[in-house]
Amino acid sequence: MKLKTILATTALAALMASPAFAQQIAVKLGVLNDRSGLYADLTGEGSVVAAKLAVEDFKAAEKGIKVEIVSADHQNKPDVGSNIARQWYDQDGVDVILDVPTSSVALAINQITKDKNKIMLNSGAAASDLTGKACTPNTIHWTYDTYALAQGTGGAMVKAGGDSWFFLTADYAFGHALERDTAAIVTKNGGKVLGAVRTPFPGTDFSSFLLQAQASKAKVIGLANAGGDTINSIKQAGEFGIVAGGQKLAGLLVFVTDVNALGLQTAQGLVLTESFYWDRDEGTRAWSQRFAKAHNGNMPSMVQAGVYSSVLHYLKAVEATKSKDTATVLAKMKELPTDDPLFGKGTVRVDGRKMHDMYLYEVKKPSESKGKWDYYKQIAVLPAEQAFRPLSESECPLVKK
Amino acid sequence: MFELLGIPPQALFGQVLLGLINGSFYAILSLGLAVIFGLLNIINFAHGAQYMMGAFVAWMCLNYLGINYWAALLLAPLIVGVFGVLIERFLIARLANLDHLYGLLLTFGLALIIQGLFRNSYGSSGLPYQIPDALRGGQNLGFMFLPNYRGWVVGASLVVCLVTWFMIEKTRLGAYLRAATENPTLTQAFGINVPLLVTLTYGFGVALAAFAGVLAAPIYSVNPNMGADLIIVVFAVVVIGGMGSILGSIVTGFGLGLIEGLTKVFYPEASATVIFIIMVLVLLVKPAGLFGRAA
Repeated sequence: MKLKTILATTALAALMASPAFAQQIAVKLGVLNDRSGLYADLTGEGSVVAAKLAVEDFKAAEKGIKVEIVSADHQNKPDVGSNIARQWYDQDGVDVILDVPTSSVALAINQITKDKNKIMLNSGAAASDLTGKACTPNTIHWTYDTYALAQGTGGAMVKAGGDSWFFLTADYAFGHALERDTAAIVTKNGGKVLGAVRTPFPGTDFSSFLLQAQASKAKVIGLANAGGDTINSIKQAGEFGIVAGGQKLAGLLVFVTDVNALGLQTAQGLVLTESFYWDRDEGTRAWSQRFAKAHNGNMPSMVQAGVYSSVLHYLKAVEATKSKDTATVLAKMKELPTDDPLFGKGTVRVDGRKMHDMYLYEVKKPSESKGKWDYYKQIAVLPAEQAFRPLSESECPLVKK
Repeated sequence: MFELLGIPPQALFGQVLLGLINGSFYAILSLGLAVIFGLLNIINFAHGAQYMMGAFVAWMCLNYLGINYWAALLLAPLIVGVFGVLIERFLIARLANLDHLYGLLLTFGLALIIQGLFRNSYGSSGLPYQIPDALRGGQNLGFMFLPNYRGWVVGASLVVCLVTWFMIEKTRLGAYLRAATENPTLTQAFGINVPLLVTLTYGFGVALAAFAGVLAAPIYSVNPNMGADLIIVVFAVVVIGGMGSILGSIVTGFGLGLIEGLTKVFYPEASATVIFIIMVLVLLVKPAGLFGRAA
C-alpha cells in the first residue's frame, strides 16, 4: 500500500514537472493515393517518402509533435477512396489526408473532409473546382490545378500560333475541368475549339481518337489526360505521323515520370507546365537527391514535392498554434507565409489555393540530355498571380466580393 | 462526298482498320485462353499477366542482353512458355481433379503476384520500347495513314491464329489433343502421354499470350498493368465466342475489335463497355456463346 502511494505520487510529480510531455501533440497524417494504377509512379509510395522527409526535416519530435503517417490505395475510384477516408476520420483518428490524385476521388473526399471537419492538403488532383465552386474551408489545394496548366501550356501554344484546337479528354472530372479551362484560354486569346472527344478512363488505345483529331485539321491537339493515358496518346500520335504531319501536340498535364516512361526520343519538344522540377536550383537538387536515394533512384514528381511542402507548412502551423484543432491550424496556415526549398516563398489564399510560380518547360532532345532524369529546359516563368485564377473570378463561396 | 451517319467515309474506313488491328490482339489472346480452356478445362486468369511478361521479357532482352525485336519475338514466347510449363507441372497439375474454381483462383492469385512483382521492380508508368527500324514509318492509304508496324501486327496475328487452328483441327497431334480432352483414360490406354500433352498445351497457350505481349510492346508502353487492363475484355470475347471454341475466339476477337472501333467514332464514351453489352445480349440469346456447343 505504501509503495503504491509513493509510486503514484512520484509519477504524478514527474508528469507535472515535465512540460514537454504535457504539451506533446500527436498528429496522424494519411497519404491517400493511387499505389498500383496508372498514377502510382507520380504519386504512390513516393508521396509517402516525401511526407516522411518533411517530418524528418521539420524535426517534429524535438518540437513535441508526434507524427504518424499511414497510407492507402484508392485505386482511382471515388467509392473506394470515400470508404477509406471515412474509416480514417471516424475510427483511425487521422487528422489530415494528403495527396489524393484523381479529381473524381479528390472531390468526393473534399466533401467528406468538410463534413467531418478535418483537413485535406491536396497535391495530386488537378480540377480547379477544388478551389472554385467546390471549395471548402477544410481543403488546401497545393501543387497545381487545371487553370494554371491551361494558362501555362495552353497560353504558350496559342501565342505560338496554335489558334485552332481539338481535345482528347479523359472522361471524368479532371479531364472535363482541364478541357473547360484550356478552351476558355484558347477562345479568350482569339483561338477556336474545333471539337473534343471523350475517351474512357483509363485507356490503352488512343489511335481512333487521334485519327478523329487528325481529321479535324486542328493545329493543336490538346491532351486533357494524365499519366499512362498521356504516355500512350503521345506514343501513338508519333506512330500515326500526326506531329510529322504538321499538327502540334499539347500535353496539358505531363509529369517528369511520364517523360521518363516515354523516353526522350518520343517526348522531345513537348511543352509542359510544372510547378516543380528537381533540377531547377541548388535547393531542389539537394532535396531531390535525398528523395531519390529513399525511392529506388527515382526523381520526385511535382505532386510528391507538393506533399513534402504541404506537410512542412502544416507542421509549422501546428507548432505555432500548439494545437491540432482544425479551424485554428487552417487559419494559421493561411496566415503564415509559406517558404521551403522546393517552391520558394508563397501564400495560402482564402479559397484554399496555395500560390507559387509555375514554370513552362520544353523536353530536351536526346542529344541535349546529360544523363538519366535530365529532361527539361526552362522556357518561361509564370508568376503566381498570372498562373492561378484571380480571386475576382472565383466562384468559391468563401471569397467575399 | 457522301457521308455515312455524319461521318466521312474516309474516317470510317480508317476506324474499321484500327478496329481490326485491336481485334488482332483480342483474337490472339482469346485464342490462347480458348486452347487452354478447351483442352485443359482451366480458366487461365493469369493470361493477362503472361501477356505482360512477354512484353517485359522483350524489353529485358533488348536492354540487358542487346537482343533485338525479331529475336525477342521468338525468344520471349519460348521463355514465358517454359515458365508456363513449370506452373502447370508444379501447381495446376495438382488441381486437375478438382472443380474449375480452384484453377481459376490459383491463376488469379498468380496473376496478382506476378503483376505486383513487376510493379515493385519497374514502377507503373511503363518503359519505352521502340518500333524496330524495319517497320518504322507508314503507308498513306488515301483514307488514312497506316503505320507499317500496325499492318505487321494484323498480318502476324492472322498467321499465328490460322496456324494454331490448323494444328488443332487438322493434324494428328491436334487429334490426340482433342481425344485427350474427350476421354483421357482411353487416350492414355492407347499409349499417349496425356499429362505431357496437357503440360505442353498450357505452355503453348501461355506462349501465345507472350507473343501478343511482344507485338504490343512497341505500341503501348511496357507496363505491369497492361495485362490486367486487357484481360477482362478478352474474357468477354471468349465468352461471346463460346468457351473453348478455337474458331469462335478468332472470329469474335476480330469482330469485337471492329465493333469497339466503330463505337469510338459514334459514341466514344461507351467504347469501354460496348463489348460487355454485347456479351449480355449474346448470353441471353445463346448461353453457350456464338460458336460454343451446348454442354
